Amino acid sequence: MVGIVGYGAYIPRCRIKVEEIAKVWGADAPSYKRGLGLQEKSVPQPDQDTITMSVEATKNALKRGPHVDPKKIGAIYIGSESHPYAVKPSGTTVAEAIGATPDIHCADFEFACKAGTEGMFVVYGLVKAALIEYGLGIGADTSQGAPGDALEYSAAAGAASFIFGNDKVLAECNETFSFMTDTPDFWRREQEFYPRHGGRFTGQPAYFKHITGCAEGLMKKAGTEPKDFDYVIFHQPNGKFPQRVGKMLGFTPEQIEPGLLCPLLGNTYSGSSPMGLTSTLDISKPGDKIMLVSYGSGAGSDGFIFTVTERINEVRDLALNTRYMLDNNKRYIDYGTYAKYRGKILTAE
Amino acid sequence: MFPARIWREIPQRYRLEANRCPQTGEIYFPPRLVCPEGKCVELEPVKLAETGTVESFTVIRVAPSAFTDEAPYPVGIVKLDDGAKMMCQIADAQIEELKIGMKVKIEFRKIQSDGKAGVHAYGYKCVPVRD
Repeated sequence: MVGIVGYGAYIPRCRIKVEEIAKVWGADAPSYKRGLGLQEKSVPQPDQDTITMSVEATKNALKRGPHVDPKKIGAIYIGSESHPYAVKPSGTTVAEAIGATPDIHCADFEFACKAGTEGMFVVYGLVKAALIEYGLGIGADTSQGAPGDALEYSAAAGAASFIFGNDKVLAECNETFSFMTDTPDFWRREQEFYPRHGGRFTGQPAYFKHITGCAEGLMKKAGTEPKDFDYVIFHQPNGKFPQRVGKMLGFTPEQIEPGLLCPLLGNTYSGSSPMGLTSTLDISKPGDKIMLVSYGSGAGSDGFIFTVTERINEVRDLALNTRYMLDNNKRYIDYGTYAKYRGKILTAE
Repeated sequence: MFPARIWREIPQRYRLEANRCPQTGEIYFPPRLVCPEGKCVELEPVKLAETGTVESFTVIRVAPSAFTDEAPYPVGIVKLDDGAKMMCQIADAQIEELKIGMKVKIEFRKIQSDGKAGVHAYGYKCVPVRD
């Protein structure tokens, strides 16, 4: 049995409300809140980035996988579009911080918001092929939206980390499927600070086409249908798209709700659907069947089916659960502080 | 900020690796080559606890150049639960909530960056335990 043997998330403490951003740009906050299905988002402080959040999420994953010796982790893949360096891997720092070096394979992945599930996909394959004993797949981002752009209301920060292995599995991976085409709905050119997007083009031919294509392909491959699942997690660019794509596929709001973090968290890009999975595992019971379908612009989706095991009852409470981190210890900041924290103010060198 | 210096300090800054004198039981952080008490050179590696208590603190209002954007920020002496003491920044804390005796835990944070093009230095800071 191959699957998840430890999982953890991390959410920075700071938050900014939609109203605070809207008032700076003269925008109508209720319209944005209604349109995006979003109330507030997480904000990283200047000393938090993809690397630091990945380390903290992985420490939580190791708490829930206490039998895993970091020295036996054979691969680490961090998916992010906000790696702190253009040239120098994030994974080496995370591997050093958890004591997993030097006998380990490492690569940083990028594929807009699905880079996190790519890492999970690859380590699952390596464990299943018996090339490694344990592997780490991490999705983390401190995503940026251009000032005043719709993305600024949602681009948030967070991380999720999963240890895959084949002993003391807490969620067995039953099936995987990927769906991909060349669709330029969202991009960031080399040397550019903020991403650009195709507006409404990011919807039907991009998010909805790829998630439905992946979910339908995955269910067909596994011989399942929506009613066979207890929970489902879709990528969460806003609070509305996951509900709409769920309805298109035949899922109920109750199947989606436990993993839907976006209304209070924002879009954590590569961390988005993986963090939804951590939140769903936090409330799951042995035997529950979970589907996860990510989405990354450019564009593609990775799909997974997991079955939760008895092990979840032993490890669930060994680390803070994701909803607790989302709902507690928040510090609300104003737009000026947010602009300073996110490097949006030009300063003298 | 030399990359080599950051690299040399990775074991203590990333993983809180200290060492202990087997004769006196004294823990040294950062690790020492020789115990100044018994002159012992066979020090044992130990990993420090990741929770502790603030023993003292001060607030830096006129900061070194790499930290000016962060001022005012607190720096404290923290007694970890295994008895070792360390000095570090206290992150995620409002200055008015700081107290001697406050429970803290270690988090991995960015310590400083060498301008816009240099290396990032990572390591430990402590944050208040509110859970």
